[in-house]
Amino acid sequence: MKILHRGENCHFVPAFSQEIVRESVRDIPSAGAVLHSGIRRGRQTFIFDDPPKIVGRWTVSGKKEGAGPVGQYIHSVYRDPKMGEKNFEMAEIDMLREAVDGAIKAGGYLPEDIDLFIAGDLLNQITTSSYVARELNIPYMGMYSACSTSSESLATAAFLINAGYIETAACATVSHFATAERQYRFPLEYGCQRPPYSQWTVTGAGCALLSKAGKGPAVTAATLGKVVDYGANDIGNMGAAMAPAAMDTLAAHFFETGTTPADYDLILTGDLGKLGSDILRELMRERGYPLLQNYIDCGTLIYASDQDVYQGGSGCGCSATVLNSFILEKMEAGQYKSVLLAATGALMSPQSCYQGETIPCISHAVVIRAGEA
Amino acid sequence: MTQSSENTRKRNERYDKYVKAVTPQSSVWRSLWRAFFVGGLTCILAQGFADLYRWVFPSWTADMVGNLTSVTVISLAILLTGLGIFDKIAKVGGAGSFLPITGFANAMASASMEFKSEGLIFGTSAKMFSVVGPVIVNGVVWSTVAGLIHFVIGFFM
Repeated sequence: MKILHRGENCHFVPAFSQEIVRESVRDIPSAGAVLHSGIRRGRQTFIFDDPPKIVGRWTVSGKKEGAGPVGQYIHSVYRDPKMGEKNFEMAEIDMLREAVDGAIKAGGYLPEDIDLFIAGDLLNQITTSSYVARELNIPYMGMYSACSTSSESLATAAFLINAGYIETAACATVSHFATAERQYRFPLEYGCQRPPYSQWTVTGAGCALLSKAGKGPAVTAATLGKVVDYGANDIGNMGAAMAPAAMDTLAAHFFETGTTPADYDLILTGDLGKLGSDILRELMRERGYPLLQNYIDCGTLIYASDQDVYQGGSGCGCSATVLNSFILEKMEAGQYKSVLLAATGALMSPQSCYQGETIPCISHAVVIRAGEA
Repeated sequence: MTQSSENTRKRNERYDKYVKAVTPQSSVWRSLWRAFFVGGLTCILAQGFADLYRWVFPSWTADMVGNLTSVTVISLAILLTGLGIFDKIAKVGGAGSFLPITGFANAMASASMEFKSEGLIFGTSAKMFSVVGPVIVNGVVWSTVAGLIHFVIGFFM
């Protein structure tokens, strides 16, 4: 296998002057987490005083993800990409449905016990989530934040539970390779070459069940991202487009909470891919928060390097699948104590890109800690 | 305001330059060689069919043999598309597989397969030309232009 990108040892051209960096750090107005009308928060970061726990989780994936490094942790793996359905969209609905049902069951709840169902996917009008909600008979909030939907839904549920409005919420996200290809790119069997910097949409669904009571890793803080656009307009090179958004949110998080990358056992980004995470490392270094060995990207984690996916996985199912299978399992086992997940999303549509628009990106971060009472 | 948008522009420019520098590109020579190889093989195969038809039906005109050869390779490309093999060839072949008539057949067949789930009218029929549409439009437009030029030049010659 030819190494496409040499990562850390690359001699990147120095792209940013220190002057710009200092200016952008100054841009963040409030320093540290401050007490703001009774709630501990910074400008973007919210710290929960009664952190909700992840009491149940379930993941479903396709064959390719099942054969990857985290495959053994995924709860159910389907060989058939259509899952016996007539089309891929219906298979995607089935996947999400199974993830939600599985998570509710794993948490020892019944669907009628769940106060809120927060879900999102990549399809137009987030139909997959809504069709699953149609069957569930649970109050539903549809969420779209592209691939950062997974962390946005976790953050939203945590806000509502921490505030005391609801007790339990199921946060689910799904993406499917075939439906995403059809929506964003070309027909499946169309013979075209993918550029070496492209990524592969994950066929996977993940659901986390958050609850006020119970035991499990807790969502202790959330940092909401701002839309960041560094002018990238190559729809094939998502990692490069999204890396600045991840940098912006991570830097805001470290700055406002007064932490450093070394304070976490694991720092995860959603689906930057190999190239994107290398760019993020470079950006974070320039921003004054160099990422260490504890940083990894879910997109690079989900596929092995010989699975022919170039830069790694993408899609909102990517971070949801990796988090709800491998990461949370290791957290429950006590291997990781604190995890910072910053899923990144590219908020463009194929139309906006053809119209010459650049790609606006966002990243929402959540902190998950194991063993919090 | 103008100062900050100027800064943003500079930052974006710098970022773009940086991304371009670190983004891996496929090797031109390897792509060219593979395209040449796959495209060449397609042509050899088609020539083989043509020779075969000429040998089996000696009375046929060259046009007829050519037509039947085209029909054969198109059918073969559609068959391979349906079997899910064509996109694997194209992954290696690149321009070598999409430039010949086989690529056109693949683009139509893959689109009609893909959108079958929306029904025969709104799916297959409506979306069949979604990929090859620009080829047809530009083919007609530019051949019209060429025809006009030929017509005008014909007046003076």
